[in-house]
Amino acid sequence: MSATGPAPAGRKRSPYPIWFYLPAAIVYAVLFLVPTVTSFYFSLTRWSIFDSQFIGFDNYVTFFQEPALVSGLWHTVVYAVVTSGLKVVLGLGLAVLLTSQIIGRGYLRSVVFFPVLVSTIGVGLTFTILMDPEDGLINESLALLGIQGPGWLTDPSYALLSVALVDVWKGVGLATLIYIAGIVSIPQEYFEAARVDGASAWQNFRSIVLPLARPATFTVILLSLIGGLRSFDLIWAMTRGGPGFTSDVIASVIYKQYQAGFYGLSTAGNVVLFLLVTAIIFPLSRFLNSREVDL
Amino acid sequence: MKSRNPLLSIVAILLSVVVFLVPFAFILLTAGKSRQEASRLDFTWPTQFQFVQNFVDVVQARDYMLIIAFINSTILTVASVTIMVVLAAMVAFVLQRRRTRWTGFVNFLVLSGLIIPPAVVPTIWVLQKLGLFRTMPGLILVEVAFGLSFCILLFRAFIATVPRELDEAAIIDGAGPVRLFFRVILPLLKSVIITCVVVQSVTVFNDFVNPLYFLPGDQNATVQLTLYNFSSSYSTQYNLLFMDILLITIPPLIMFLFFNKRIVAGMTAGAIKG
Repeated sequence: MSATGPAPAGRKRSPYPIWFYLPAAIVYAVLFLVPTVTSFYFSLTRWSIFDSQFIGFDNYVTFFQEPALVSGLWHTVVYAVVTSGLKVVLGLGLAVLLTSQIIGRGYLRSVVFFPVLVSTIGVGLTFTILMDPEDGLINESLALLGIQGPGWLTDPSYALLSVALVDVWKGVGLATLIYIAGIVSIPQEYFEAARVDGASAWQNFRSIVLPLARPATFTVILLSLIGGLRSFDLIWAMTRGGPGFTSDVIASVIYKQYQAGFYGLSTAGNVVLFLLVTAIIFPLSRFLNSREVDL
Repeated sequence: MKSRNPLLSIVAILLSVVVFLVPFAFILLTAGKSRQEASRLDFTWPTQFQFVQNFVDVVQARDYMLIIAFINSTILTVASVTIMVVLAAMVAFVLQRRRTRWTGFVNFLVLSGLIIPPAVVPTIWVLQKLGLFRTMPGLILVEVAFGLSFCILLFRAFIATVPRELDEAAIIDGAGPVRLFFRVILPLLKSVIITCVVVQSVTVFNDFVNPLYFLPGDQNATVQLTLYNFSSSYSTQYNLLFMDILLITIPPLIMFLFFNKRIVAGMTAGAIKG
């Protein structure tokens, strides 16, 4: 090493200084960590931004006694599980289709993926109109086939699931993409060996694709659960939690309580969401990572 | 692999047209209709296209709100993505290269940033204390804070493939940490930076929730919020609503046409590492 090198200067001045963390750490700490930590305190207060008054667990009591709010908790779980389940099944199916020798493969991949990039609000408003019970394109088309379509967004028993379907329409492209990456990375020797053994397409899928695409499945499940549990914009654009409170989720409850000026209650909703997400995602990701397969 | 299957291909293409193309065609057709025709919500060919008229009407609505919104969204997207990318690359660089007792903790924070839903009202409270609530810089910093994790994961994975010998060569040549990072490492990250910029630009441009909470007010509206305003005040003017949807779909479409491969690379790489 030459004498003009940096070596003699300090004790050991690393070329990778810790202060590189600093700018990001400040922004992250001030605008993400501080709000997250203080939310636990503010959820225990009656709060109007300017002053807060400690009231113990009253907000949580309100939250869990109000049927409209408790149902939001339940809807959040249903919404996340339904969207995540459908994305796994459809994403895997589409990925198998789109990695096979099919005509128009590039076109199909593009068209399935494009909705991922489109504005959620735009998609929500478009489908609200397509799902109109009388004049909507979906029910008019079903009527041509002699089927009486339901009031997708106006019937309390369908509203949440209809929004979930649109979420899947918009998001399945990402799941497909992750599966395609997973399937493409499976070594070709497996398929060649299977062909020598005379395996059918179904056996190929069952014994090669399904087990070896497992990391992709875990990723899809985790990503869509994380997205589904905090989902807000699509629901807000399509139903605003209605009819009644039948499609309210925690994130929309948080917004409604915020608008109504109940900041403490809104923050309690946030803490409930935080606990729900950590209670589901952290154990699940640990469980899934422990079952990682080697290729 | 199977041989080409024409029947399956035809079914797949037909289904894709019905499921994925018809909604976009509906947007396009309705955006070109007259007000009365659009209000019927039919999937029909307009008797006469009036794209120009509808375009002018949407742009002029509410004192050119859409123009202001496009400017706001552009400022927001460019500023937040630029800051996010530089800060994330710095973190990822040190995080990948140097193991200290902080490494585990930093990794934990990065993952938390991806998983934990932000606490809304406390964030408003912090912004208010800093005098940044209802300001563009405030919203920009919020977007930076929420987007850092994804970028860090993407960069860290890529930096792991950059050989350390390059660092050592630069250090021997007398480069300090800043020169090493900005002159040697950062240029090598070009491809992953493009990926990150494209993915995050689309995300920030499409973001609805954060502007809704942290930058309320008509003169501050971002494009997603104009849509939301249009949908209430133009509840009977579907042609204008869909023209607006069409207009805000164009920037992501351009990104998609030019950077399809990059977006795909980023979304899958980021996802699988995460």
